Amino acid sequence: MTLIRGRRILAGAMTLVAAAALAACGSKTTDGNTAAGVAADVSGDTVKVGLLNSLSGTMAISEVTVRDSIMLAIEEINAAGGVLDKKIEPVGEDGASDWPTFAEKAEKLIREDRVAAVFGCWTSASRKAVKPVFEKNKALLFYPVQYEGLEQSPYIFYTGATTNQQIVPGLDYLKAQGATSLYLVGSDYVFPRTANKIIKAYAEANGMKVLGEDYAPLGSTEFGTITNKVKSSGADAVFNTLNGDSNVAFFKEYKSAGLTAASMPVVSVSIAEEEVKSIGTQYLEGQLTAWNYYQTTPGAANEKFVAAYKAKYGADKPTSDPMEAAYVSVYLWKAMVEKAGTFDVEKVREASDGITFEAPEGLVTVDGATQHIAKTARVGKVGADGLITEVWNSGQPITPDPYLKSYPWAGGLS
Amino acid sequence: MTVLIGQLFTGVSIGAVLLLIALGLALTFGQMGVINMAHGEFIMAGAYTTYVLQQVITAAGWSLLIALPVAFVVAGAMGVLLEILLIRRLYARPLDTLLVTWGVSLILQQLARDIFGSPNVQTRAPELLTGNIGLPGGITVANNRLFILALAGSAVVALTVALRVTPLGRRIRAVVQNRDLAAVSGIATTRVDRMTFFIGSGLAGIAGVALTLLGPIGPTMGTNLIIDAFLVVVVGGIGQLKGTVIVAFALGVLQATGEYLTTLSVAKVMVFIAIVAFLQWRPQGLFTLRTRSLA
Repeated sequence: MTLIRGRRILAGAMTLVAAAALAACGSKTTDGNTAAGVAADVSGDTVKVGLLNSLSGTMAISEVTVRDSIMLAIEEINAAGGVLDKKIEPVGEDGASDWPTFAEKAEKLIREDRVAAVFGCWTSASRKAVKPVFEKNKALLFYPVQYEGLEQSPYIFYTGATTNQQIVPGLDYLKAQGATSLYLVGSDYVFPRTANKIIKAYAEANGMKVLGEDYAPLGSTEFGTITNKVKSSGADAVFNTLNGDSNVAFFKEYKSAGLTAASMPVVSVSIAEEEVKSIGTQYLEGQLTAWNYYQTTPGAANEKFVAAYKAKYGADKPTSDPMEAAYVSVYLWKAMVEKAGTFDVEKVREASDGITFEAPEGLVTVDGATQHIAKTARVGKVGADGLITEVWNSGQPITPDPYLKSYPWAGGLS
Repeated sequence: MTVLIGQLFTGVSIGAVLLLIALGLALTFGQMGVINMAHGEFIMAGAYTTYVLQQVITAAGWSLLIALPVAFVVAGAMGVLLEILLIRRLYARPLDTLLVTWGVSLILQQLARDIFGSPNVQTRAPELLTGNIGLPGGITVANNRLFILALAGSAVVALTVALRVTPLGRRIRAVVQNRDLAAVSGIATTRVDRMTFFIGSGLAGIAGVALTLLGPIGPTMGTNLIIDAFLVVVVGGIGQLKGTVIVAFALGVLQATGEYLTTLSVAKVMVFIAIVAFLQWRPQGLFTLRTRSLA
């Protein structure tokens, strides 16, 4: 009796395993046909766009909000008549915080759904995973998050900051505050490692000391040792490039160790309003973040964005830099398509140079040569209410320089 | 010196976490021989229990204290349910148990995702546990880690006492040492199995409560822990609690030392190499229980 039941359960498990194996094989075969470019399907009254974000896993804490703001932009554009008289039809996929999944879903969006453009990705690891897919298929990705620079794909528009619009200004700010030594803490993947290379080059050229550098795997929640090392280093400030909810564990540990924003401030580049809320203000109050946009950024465009977002998703939902960059990316794509008069990827790219948009963060301009956008850099402080208030800004939009060509100290990097 | 002591404390506290997540497994795997891959999900259940209680009882201190017994019962009940529905039917087939419980762990993860959503959630720690105690010489000891250490310590003591002196403990040991003879002597082995599984799974729930003090709560948190838990039990030796305790702290200190001298990833590799080398030398683990059972 027990034996028979056991077998049935085992048979069920085997079927599951077999199904998973088949699914894996299925996705491989599509990689085989490398036809150059799949034209977007714009035959109907709608144009499909792909949304590719992690809705599960360690990155979901951040990426869900990006998905929400892309949806908001699409709704607004549709309500105003759409793009080239076509309504936008979003096709959503879950990257599941897993980089091969991102590549697989990107392929699916381009080849099966035949979308005109894809909006999404957060971590650089996921962007690096999908980059060859977009280049092979000559399809467009709009990437809305600050990143480590040193990249310029013809099929990606980077609407978040590159290093000279976020990390370098952040370092300038610390230097102006008199910091002479830094400790670097980051997640163990391409963005933090490259960012820290840049930070070390900057530090060397500017007489700052880097006292230590530590990486934790994405999703890691054990920061006892790293915090000990940071504490005993006696650095003036910590530059934090941790991503996802490792930040939760890190800041809990940081506070437990008796470190505060006053004794050793942490400058974070991946913690925005949404993360502040979920990490808990009790751990973050007074700490610094470097971004291009805060919910508190003044201006009519931002008031409208914040009000629309809260009306749609709830009054307690904050807006943040990557959300704003994602929201802006949809409008920029619309402007490019309208200037080009077609959804054709190559024509859209040609039309991109000089496109401007009165964004919530202020005026942004697309730089056609690098496919990045000019934006204003800001440094802010986390307040007791969980919002971030600006303590410094660059005064005017900074021209993107992904390879840091205009910075002599960065010569050896690319 | 300050750093060394700080690091030693970090190592011990990593050990305490390892001990908490492995203790329940030491009972179900070590004593009963059931390979329960869903043990990590019982830890997750404990963590989510804390989260849910905090939504109801907003005072963080009280909700944490109440979460301890509640999580024990919730995770324990899940364990008993699993035992009755599946594991009981597979006692003679350890490999099938492994597959089935792994399937159960996937189902539980998806269930957590459906109930609580995919993004990880956090609990607020009581203010008392976010601070630290300063010792002379600039050494600070984090309160939350101290709490986890105390919790792990009390769990070990309680479990040891329960196994040594209570009638149930005697029955559990009898069943472990010789199931058939215990059955012949009039011990209801199925009921003893169920109680053992209840306690073992309940301890996983307690571990889940403790983990909310350190990091986020998510549907996949269990998968990251189950490997560590099995390592501790296997290296410690099957059927013995003291092996689990010693190995948990040894691995914790080794991890912290390695991490301090090198990096986190290298330290993990060092720990794994040490474990492989150790098991080459003593495949049976640190301590073994001599039994008269034929299995």
